[in-house]
Amino acid sequence: MAEKKFEKALEELEGIVKKMEEGNMPLDESLKAFEEGIKLSRFCAERLDEAERKVNILLREDDTLQLRPFEGRDGDDKTPEDIA
Amino acid sequence: MEKILTVTQLTQAIKYFLETSFDVIWVTGEISNLRRPASGHVYCTLKDEASQIRAVAFKGTAEKIGFDLEDGMKIICRGRLNVYPARGEYQLIIDTAEPRGLGALQMAFDQLKGRLEEEGLFDPSHKKKIPFLPGKIGIVTSPSGAAIRDILNITGRRFPAVDIIIAPAAVQGTQAPPEICAAIADLNAIGVDVIIVARGGGSLEDLFCFNDERVARSIYASRVPIMSAVGHEIDFTIADFVADLRAPTPSAAAELVVPDRRDLIERTKRLRSRLIHTCDMLLRELKTRLVFVAEGLRDPRGRIADLRMGLDDRYARLTGGMRHILAIRESSFLPIRRILMRLTPVAQVRELRRRSEDMKGELETRVRFFIDTLRDRLQRDMSLLDTLSPLSVLRRGFGIVRLPDGTIVRDVRMLTVNGSVSVKVSSGNFKARVTTISQEHDDGGKEI
Repeated sequence: MAEKKFEKALEELEGIVKKMEEGNMPLDESLKAFEEGIKLSRFCAERLDEAERKVNILLREDDTLQLRPFEGRDGDDKTPEDIA
Repeated sequence: MEKILTVTQLTQAIKYFLETSFDVIWVTGEISNLRRPASGHVYCTLKDEASQIRAVAFKGTAEKIGFDLEDGMKIICRGRLNVYPARGEYQLIIDTAEPRGLGALQMAFDQLKGRLEEEGLFDPSHKKKIPFLPGKIGIVTSPSGAAIRDILNITGRRFPAVDIIIAPAAVQGTQAPPEICAAIADLNAIGVDVIIVARGGGSLEDLFCFNDERVARSIYASRVPIMSAVGHEIDFTIADFVADLRAPTPSAAAELVVPDRRDLIERTKRLRSRLIHTCDMLLRELKTRLVFVAEGLRDPRGRIADLRMGLDDRYARLTGGMRHILAIRESSFLPIRRILMRLTPVAQVRELRRRSEDMKGELETRVRFFIDTLRDRLQRDMSLLDTLSPLSVLRRGFGIVRLPDGTIVRDVRMLTVNGSVSVKVSSGNFKARVTTISQEHDDGGKEI
């Protein structure tokens, strides 16, 4: 799942940075690590830039599960996106 | 004579009488002499201060009543009377029972908690990790409650891009436990990354469905990690103990289930700049080392530079030496130069110049004297001249008459009538016209 990847990416990025900071990595390995690190940071940034979400309610219809958009009982409430 | 009854006949009569007279009855008392044979039925004695009665809860009932009957426990139970002819005993057959008095729910809670704990349902080793950033969050709760609103608000604020699936379930009352269990199973089936089982605050009884054994087992069985978020911070339910993580409130669950996006952005940025900085440092260091190594390589260009420098050095030494030789040569001319200096005619020239200056002064004095003498004589001659000048004659009243062409009129015959003349007198000139001419020897008839 993409979301598991995010945490992994962030951890990997952290690992790469720490390893590079230790400073005993050969040059070509360092460059590879750098490239990988930049890729990871871009991936994380993209995931963080997403702003949309879906809120669904799970309903049982004719014994099958169906997802329907959830509209809260108080529709006049501001959605968090509006606040932000 | 009275009818003689057999024991069986009497017992049957008693059985009929008792079982029909006490069809369904409610009894309260304290349990004692409790026994649990392998059959699963529970036998005990119900007693109060003065009396006692045998009682039994058959296996099915004993499992259903929600708590374990124990010695010393005070209960209210519903049942019917039963006579057991083989032993000539009567007993109460319990079909439901509830603990009596304050702390009754607490007792049931403690019992269930103890039992599930022993069974390992709360075992930390069984707890699943809550994902760091879930993509889909399942929420088991009432779709109209405050809990769902809080969770939606807070998760939306912290991390907008996480999908949420609400699995609706009653969160109080008898229908709540089966609905909660079904919702958990449904979310497992549909696939989410984490489940929050949530309910806002309420009375102990309101929250009691989260102390239900079925709910506990369904949480335990879930493949998806479950976070419990029931009631207020002080409320602990069985669900909290089984859950993979207990959040004190639904709002707290929302805070725990997604990280704050701004923190993550900050963290990512910081890592990125550390990465760039480190790489930059590394390259710089390598460059320095490279320069070092390159020097060690004795680049031919380096040799040329060396040679060139050597050449420069030699050239400098050469010119320096030359200059030195010249200086030595120069010094050998010094005595001759000194003699020449002594023979120089500068002094005579200076003497001659001084004398010439003196003479020049004398000459100037004499010339000035001569000029002054001349100037005095001129002065004298000028005043003599003045007495002889026509101008002094004019001052005595004479005038000089001239024709327009400037010719002085000495004879009237030079004049014509109506001709114009100019007359100069001592203080100026004036013009006049000739009106009459009389050729006499006397006064010229000049009129104005």
